[in-house]
Amino acid sequence: MKSIVLILACTASVLAQQIGNPTAQLGVMPARGTFAIRNARIVTVSGPDIENGTVVIRDGKIEAVGANVYVPSGAQSIDGRGLSVYPGMIDAGTSMGLVEVPQGANGTVDTSEVGDLNPNAKAIVAVNPYSAHIAVTRVEGITNTLTAPNGGLISGQAALINLLGTSPKEMAVVPQLALVINYPRITGGGGGGGFGGFQQQPANLSETLAANERQVEQIRKVLRDAEAYGRAQDAYAKDKSLPRPEHNVVLEPLVPYVRGEQPVIFRAEREAEIRGALKFAEEMKLKPIILGGNDAWKVASLLKEKNVPVILTGILSLPVREDDAYDTLYENAAKLQEVGVRYCISTGDPGPEVRNLAQYAGMAAAFGLSKADALKAVTLYPAQIMNVADRLGSIEVGKMANLVVTDGDLLEIRSHIRYLFIDGRPVVLTSRHTELNDAFKNRK
Amino acid sequence: MKRLITKLLLLVIIATLPVSVVRAQKQTAPETLIRNATVLTVTRGTLQNTDVLLRDGKIAAVGKNLKASPDTRIIDGTGKYVMPGIIDCHSHSMLDTINEGTLAVTSMVHTADVLNTTDVDLYRELAGGVTTLNLLHGSANPIGGLNTVVKIKYGRPASEFLFPGAMPGIKFALGENVKRSSTPNQPGITRRYPNTRMGVEEVIRDAFTRARDYKRAWDEYRAAAKKDKNLIPPRRDLQLEPLVEVLEGKRYVHAHCYVTSEILMLINLADEFGFKVKTFQHTLEGYKVAKEIAAHGAGASIFADSWAYKIEAYDAIPYNAAIMTRAGVVVSMNSDSDERARRLNIEAAKAMHWGDLTEEQALKLITINPAIQLGIQDRVGSIEVGKDADVAIWNGHPFSVYSRVDTTFIDGDVYFDRVQDLARRPELAKERAALEQAEPNRPRPQGQSPQTPRRRPSGHADDDIEVERP
Repeated sequence: MKSIVLILACTASVLAQQIGNPTAQLGVMPARGTFAIRNARIVTVSGPDIENGTVVIRDGKIEAVGANVYVPSGAQSIDGRGLSVYPGMIDAGTSMGLVEVPQGANGTVDTSEVGDLNPNAKAIVAVNPYSAHIAVTRVEGITNTLTAPNGGLISGQAALINLLGTSPKEMAVVPQLALVINYPRITGGGGGGGFGGFQQQPANLSETLAANERQVEQIRKVLRDAEAYGRAQDAYAKDKSLPRPEHNVVLEPLVPYVRGEQPVIFRAEREAEIRGALKFAEEMKLKPIILGGNDAWKVASLLKEKNVPVILTGILSLPVREDDAYDTLYENAAKLQEVGVRYCISTGDPGPEVRNLAQYAGMAAAFGLSKADALKAVTLYPAQIMNVADRLGSIEVGKMANLVVTDGDLLEIRSHIRYLFIDGRPVVLTSRHTELNDAFKNRK
Repeated sequence: MKRLITKLLLLVIIATLPVSVVRAQKQTAPETLIRNATVLTVTRGTLQNTDVLLRDGKIAAVGKNLKASPDTRIIDGTGKYVMPGIIDCHSHSMLDTINEGTLAVTSMVHTADVLNTTDVDLYRELAGGVTTLNLLHGSANPIGGLNTVVKIKYGRPASEFLFPGAMPGIKFALGENVKRSSTPNQPGITRRYPNTRMGVEEVIRDAFTRARDYKRAWDEYRAAAKKDKNLIPPRRDLQLEPLVEVLEGKRYVHAHCYVTSEILMLINLADEFGFKVKTFQHTLEGYKVAKEIAAHGAGASIFADSWAYKIEAYDAIPYNAAIMTRAGVVVSMNSDSDERARRLNIEAAKAMHWGDLTEEQALKLITINPAIQLGIQDRVGSIEVGKDADVAIWNGHPFSVYSRVDTTFIDGDVYFDRVQDLARRPELAKERAALEQAEPNRPRPQGQSPQTPRRRPSGHADDDIEVERP
């Protein structure tokens, strides 16, 4: 019996590799084509599940979804009996591709620029398509990440990428999706973002608050300058008789953000930081998103009132305060859901841990979130928050074919991924880890 | 004034300790019967619709339709899962300090001397179904301090935490942390030896060479002293005594390691000196030398899937547990983190996802296998009659991401109970609000902050205090 199961499993994996003749060869993108995943349970996320349905993929897009859909002749067919089809998961809080090994290999770290104000640092410029983290992550069903720099006060611009491609350009879904700001922390005094360790107790609170306000002022000033810069450029475009404003690579990229055309992500964990970021964003008329949000549950009604979404990264962190309930952060998502705050769930990890995104969502579901919402929190919700729900986050006609086929519940660790499509391209389920496993598992 | 502050501090401490749960339980219910649950015995399969009786701190019976005496506390286990308390074979919880890193060999220091029973992370671990911890010294030196095996008797005195009969052990460490790779070179300051993996081998060899001589001196003295009562004994050496115990098989070696070369180095050195390495800790490249580890008879206590947080972790793969298990190595999944310790159930399940271990094999990774690695397998690690009543009730299968712990028992006493925890929250919130208004907790004049207790950071990657997760 066991050997039959083994044979079946092997056959399945061989089949998986034959679909569309994808290749694991470095530097070669698997070809798009026409595929039909038949007789599977389709978890559309945006609508009801389809128990025995078919998804047709053509030229990168989802062409048809339903119980009875036309399958074009020549489509490569995947038998989906006993399998489930999900939209790929999305982690909106990573530095995927910007860092390979954070310690002992500084040369592989491209997350943090020198200085405090670096709006011109664009993640998409430095994403390494051949980072081992990318394949390791996607074979677990995560098809997209928001990849963000994390240094200084204004860290730079984050990119939404497909976890497939031979160049940053091929990977980019939205190359410059959001500006990332580390909202100054009250403790510690630095703009070091959410990755700080042991915070020294400040010697003097009023001094710390003053230092904090100086940092906020630094950000305020550069954003005001960008507004003025944008106005000057517009005025000159209309009237060439005006003095020609000099170009400025720091201010230029800020213009769409200060005009509220694109979102600004604020890293903020504690209540004071979140409130500060909300106030600041309102003052500057920005379009804010909170990243981190360990104390978001304490600010839920305000977040709801201001309609500001949260990318929750701390589900599996230890509670912030010693006397917090043991499940404070496990239930953070459920509490936001209850109040009606928009949120999504992220690992908040630079790279290696991103593959465990499902576990973060699962823990939130163990503590109050419904299973359906937990799934949305790693698919549709991040897509909505990043304003790409027209392309990603659910299985709907016309969306990008980023699909995961599993032998069980996508969020359950015991399930396995059987097929993977990114941008309509069939992806071989191999990674540095499967390769090392294959190399050593039979060593005698 | 001072007394008021002390009183308030005491209140804060008491507020964070759900001790009343424990004490109340001790008085009212000497016996607990969990009825009609799915019982994951680990060593005797999975039993459906089964009762488990806890009496006098032991598992008194496992079976169908067990009889209860009138004062037995009865828990309806319908739809629930009972599993043995999880054993974490690599923890630094409740240690006030981890590394005595000033010397390359610090076998004279003992973690048992720095136990902080009020560490709230202990309670959070109980809420993850964990009952036993192996508290290890850090990895700053080739030969570190002695370890302490404890049951998480949160709210009880430190002496009651100590696991009676657990094998004494000692921490060794190899690789980057020992080389002080993350410590920058300071001008004018001599680096501590060793600086390479070659030096690490030399340090351990030197220590055991001295220990062997020391043992011989004592053996000769004891033999001669039988005839000559006037002989002067050799000078006692607190650094070498634990190493002599290692040579005599009376103390387990738990060796932090990552890469192939250093694992093989320690196996060769141990074989040469005639001792066994009980566990390789972390062992990220264990899968490359699984047969050598198995042949030596060592176990491995590992992370499920952590990788790439530093160079020596770059070849780590999540198939490690499966490959080593199939090679015959006794493997356990550990946390090395107060955070991760709360969800070791999922860390074990990962070995089913990566490497297709069976459910039983995966369960062993956090129960009977770490028990074997600590020499406590006759007491804990499975649900068998006569074993300690260290069990947890889960509201679903512990390998499901959707499951959580309802109740955790140690020696038959309740140390975590979700219903009681939830019930206490309004009262704790009130208490907190009152404390926040108290004078010592208000901001000082001149803008100084209120004092808060100092805490050890708990987000470290692999027990070197300098090493923090990115």
